[in-house]
Amino acid sequence: MSIMSELTHRDRVFDFLTPTASPVDVRHGPILYLEDVTVSFDGFKAINNLNLTIDDGELRCIIGPNGAGKTTMMDIITGKTRPDVGSVWFGSRHNLLTMNEPDIASLGIGRKFQKPTVFEALTVFENLELAMATDKRVLPTLTARLTGEARARIDEVLTTIGLTDLRHREAGILSHGQKQWLEIGMLLMQKPRLLLVDEPVAGMTEQEMERTAELLTSLAGKQSVVVVEHDMGFVRSIARTVTVLHQGSVLAEGSMDDVSNDPKVIEVYLGEGA
Amino acid sequence: MNYSQSWLTRPFTERSTQIFLGVLFLAVMVVSVLHLVMPEGSALYVSSYTVTLLGKYLCYALLAVAVDLVWGYLGILSLGHGAFFALGGYAMGMYLMRQIGDRGVYGDPTLPDFMVFLNWDSLPWYWHGFDMAWFAFIMVLLAPGLLALVFGFLAFRSRVTGVYLSIITQALTFALMLAFFRNEMGFGGNNGLTDFKDILGFDLRTDAARLGLFIATGIALAVGYVICRAIVTSKLGRVSVACRDAEARTRFLGYRVERVQLFVFVVSAMLAGVAGALYVPQVGIINPSEFSPLFSIEIVVWVALGGRATLYGAVIGAIIVNYAKTVFTGILPDAWLFALGALFVLVTVFLPKGIAGLLPGLKKKTDDESEAPTSGKEATA
Amino acid sequence: MSIIRSLKQLLIVCLLSLPVLGHAQANDEQAQSLLTQLAESSYGQKGKIAGEIARSGDERARGWLEAFSAGKLARIEPSKGDAEGSGKFVIVLSNRGRNWKVQDALTGDDLGEISRRDLDSIRVNNSLRSEIDGILSVIDLTVNDADKRLAAARGLRGNVDEAMAKKLTELMASEEDADVKATLNEALAIYKVEEQGDLSAVKTLSGSLNSEARAALNSATYSDDPALKQAARDALASIETKLKWNRAAETLYFGLSLGSVLVLAAIGLAITFGVMGVINMAHGELIMLGAYTTWGMQQMLPGQPGLALILSIPAGFLVSALAGVAIERSVIQFLKGRPLETLLATFGISLVLQQLVRTVISPLNRTVVTPDWMSGSIMVNEALSLTLNRLYIIGFALVVFVGLMLIMRKTRLGLEVRAVTQNRAMARSMGIKATKVDIMTFALGSGVAGLAGVALSQITNVGPNLGQNYIIDSFMVVVFGGVGNLWGTLVAGLSLGTINQLLEPWAGAVLAKILVLVFIILFIQKRPRGLFPQKGRAAEG
Repeated sequence: MSIMSELTHRDRVFDFLTPTASPVDVRHGPILYLEDVTVSFDGFKAINNLNLTIDDGELRCIIGPNGAGKTTMMDIITGKTRPDVGSVWFGSRHNLLTMNEPDIASLGIGRKFQKPTVFEALTVFENLELAMATDKRVLPTLTARLTGEARARIDEVLTTIGLTDLRHREAGILSHGQKQWLEIGMLLMQKPRLLLVDEPVAGMTEQEMERTAELLTSLAGKQSVVVVEHDMGFVRSIARTVTVLHQGSVLAEGSMDDVSNDPKVIEVYLGEGA
Repeated sequence: MNYSQSWLTRPFTERSTQIFLGVLFLAVMVVSVLHLVMPEGSALYVSSYTVTLLGKYLCYALLAVAVDLVWGYLGILSLGHGAFFALGGYAMGMYLMRQIGDRGVYGDPTLPDFMVFLNWDSLPWYWHGFDMAWFAFIMVLLAPGLLALVFGFLAFRSRVTGVYLSIITQALTFALMLAFFRNEMGFGGNNGLTDFKDILGFDLRTDAARLGLFIATGIALAVGYVICRAIVTSKLGRVSVACRDAEARTRFLGYRVERVQLFVFVVSAMLAGVAGALYVPQVGIINPSEFSPLFSIEIVVWVALGGRATLYGAVIGAIIVNYAKTVFTGILPDAWLFALGALFVLVTVFLPKGIAGLLPGLKKKTDDESEAPTSGKEATA
Repeated sequence: MSIIRSLKQLLIVCLLSLPVLGHAQANDEQAQSLLTQLAESSYGQKGKIAGEIARSGDERARGWLEAFSAGKLARIEPSKGDAEGSGKFVIVLSNRGRNWKVQDALTGDDLGEISRRDLDSIRVNNSLRSEIDGILSVIDLTVNDADKRLAAARGLRGNVDEAMAKKLTELMASEEDADVKATLNEALAIYKVEEQGDLSAVKTLSGSLNSEARAALNSATYSDDPALKQAARDALASIETKLKWNRAAETLYFGLSLGSVLVLAAIGLAITFGVMGVINMAHGELIMLGAYTTWGMQQMLPGQPGLALILSIPAGFLVSALAGVAIERSVIQFLKGRPLETLLATFGISLVLQQLVRTVISPLNRTVVTPDWMSGSIMVNEALSLTLNRLYIIGFALVVFVGLMLIMRKTRLGLEVRAVTQNRAMARSMGIKATKVDIMTFALGSGVAGLAGVALSQITNVGPNLGQNYIIDSFMVVVFGGVGNLWGTLVAGLSLGTINQLLEPWAGAVLAKILVLVFIILFIQKRPRGLFPQKGRAAEG
């Protein structure tokens, strides 16, 4: 046991892992830089010389046809995939390429997957409990007791995502849309500085989509949000700045109107459709 | 489930743990009383042979609980838990060997018989200290714990999971079996360690010592069960389940999956070691066959039969299968492997939730119970 | 000239082929006296007399000496003067029972059975035997067949004495075959180094791999002559280097042969595990079934082990493939997407199959006969011979591997299998019947296990535990090579086999195996996807 605790205590070497405040340095404006990033699988370049900057507090939508590299880009930011070349910085202090997934998550980058992934064997309440920003080392997790404050926070999020009534049901019984909400709720519990949201409204009703749009826009300002989405109507309803990815690099960037009138973008989309 | 209670006391508030501990206590009491009070000819008399047999079942039950902890809650199917069991057993066996002293066949005051037989003139370094009970008992935890720590550290760090992990755990125990078969290893080779005389000063052949070991095993099972329950009902237990079902997602929430896995794996290995240590004085021998891949995979079937991720299911499964084995090998020795093989197939295909899955009453009860107090608590919070 | 010579030859042929009575009689008298001397002299003298018999030029000498060496030359007791043929020398044909079958040593006539008590065997001992072997070799050196001469020359090394040395020098001069000549030269050189300390002969031996030559050189290193001593040492050193290479080649051969066994055992698994993702713990028992098929085939075709073995190849494939299909249909298809449960269920099947064989056939090992054309070995040189059965297995493994490669690359089945592996749903939507492909793939993988069993029956015991001994190794090979990659399996199998053989000399067989296992366990930490990992999106899932 003593060896175990020593092993887990090694986290303390990294000061940024102290979970409460993430010391992300955003004095220079941007919270996320991707510079000249390239990654290839078996010779196929999924990301090709990608440059992207997200400002602190910004809400950015990323669109692009299938295979444009949207999900791969998220994999790179969250540490799941390592690029062949390029650099990825969080604020101006943290080089994300030197960190693994839990480090990056603790630093304040939250991710919602394309396919909703919640812990199906756990209850809705427990899903949120696990997502909560606390000390996530092994022994503190073992001895953790839920405080009233934390419980209040979970209740608050439960209300936000509309799952209060289902709090003690297993997440596996939720509908697709409810799982999407639960995952967004888990993101909220993490209190990240940057939210990466992959296709948040797939499988949602019109009404739920509206609420999602509301929620995401309300988050922007306090937190930075990157949304990858196929649904153009949804993008139009929330987007201030839109980035179009195509074949692993940025094709166009600007307001929704600018982008949708861009001849290159039209060609890519129509070309795909035709 | 009570989320705001201390992790160590939480299991005692659970209905299922209370029932389990109650049944276990009663069973151990009844057996002990019947053994001590009833006259030998009586139909209710429990012979010391039976006491030892039951003690063996309880050891297996503890081992099954250890396997269920990693398989049921962490999703790691270890096909090498027999190795941890055997290491604990060997640590105990070495202590018992040293207790023989000069009463061995060759009468050497320090060297065990097999070393005299191999013409060794001094004790190998790793045999030192095992004459002291406290040291040996620490090694019972440490030897399997260290192996699990090193192996798990390497495996989990490189994210070897699923089937791959199962296969290399099997290779691990296979390699250890080959190693322990070697006389040069200094663990008695093929014959292992045997001819034990006494433990902590008590003669192992007396009824009192046998009953004592049986009761000790019952206590160890109770403690092991409570520890496992404490882990699985803690937040760490929920993180384990999270790792089991969606490893990547857990990582993106900021949990160090490999450390969670390592912690639980090491705890489980130590429990298996304790089971092995209690097993050896009761059966009177430890040899490399305990490392055999077949034994390790058999443990998994006990758990599968009883029901994964319930802990009490593992206990039920271990006892049923081993009772069946005792009966079968007595009446129809040839049929046992057919029965065991069929059990593997039938349980996985037709009974994926095991016997515990057939007990909806108990399952339902624990669910209701978990819901009621928490919502009550939240209302007040 | 040439006419005269041919006439002369003709004359000789005539002389030899026509039984010339007088001549034969004279010979018989001489022979009888020589054999009598042989029978009556002491052990020390017998060697010399045997030499005389050999030099007498009698064609029958070889037979006498051979019989003598085998203890089968006997004389009908001379004391029984009244008995017919007393004092006659006979060759014992069969010495079972009370009456022995004998043949007249001089005329070759069958004398029927004679009571054991009336026969007086001519005693022989080991040193005499080796002396006679040498003498016989000299006789053999005069035969026409060059291979026989070579064998005789080989047998002479280390057995040359002074008298023989002279003879050998003559024979060498007239010898036409280069190999025989070189071997004779070597035999002479050994004699010269050993007995005469001849420095120039050391040079002749310096490249020899023969153990007698080394022994001779070794004794020369203790010589008082410093020049001889040094030369012998140098020669030994150069031999040692040569031997080292040969030993390396031998290790490599053993490694490759063990490796190809591993490849054979694992490659079926590479298909079911690698391509379908099914953990089939009963794979070992499918191998066992293949081996038992070979045994069964040989039981059905007694006396024709070769034919039975060849027929076993398709039969073993079929038996195991059918068993595989049965397993797939009855169990595995219900456990799709639950690899750990599949592992447990198939393990249960493996237990049942083992026990079935124990109950129905026998718990004991069965013997599978190795046909003549597979036994024996090819001698590359004196220090290196390659056993034929291993050579066949290496070849067989390669053929199976190439065959599987072709099936996977070139046939419709292979294409469909690859499609289903990469994207099941997509393949199905394109009209591929995934279930059928599953069955076919599993049948193929299982059938190959059966082929492995047929091959293994030639080098290992065929028993109920056969499969168990290979299952862990097979998984190690597949995991080490990289799942879903047949090339990986080939490279992994061959290299693990070689590593194992390399380690064996200094670690011992068991420790070598442990070390290989530990090596793989550590290797998997470094490269969890094996030597040749699958890349890209498909592998991520």
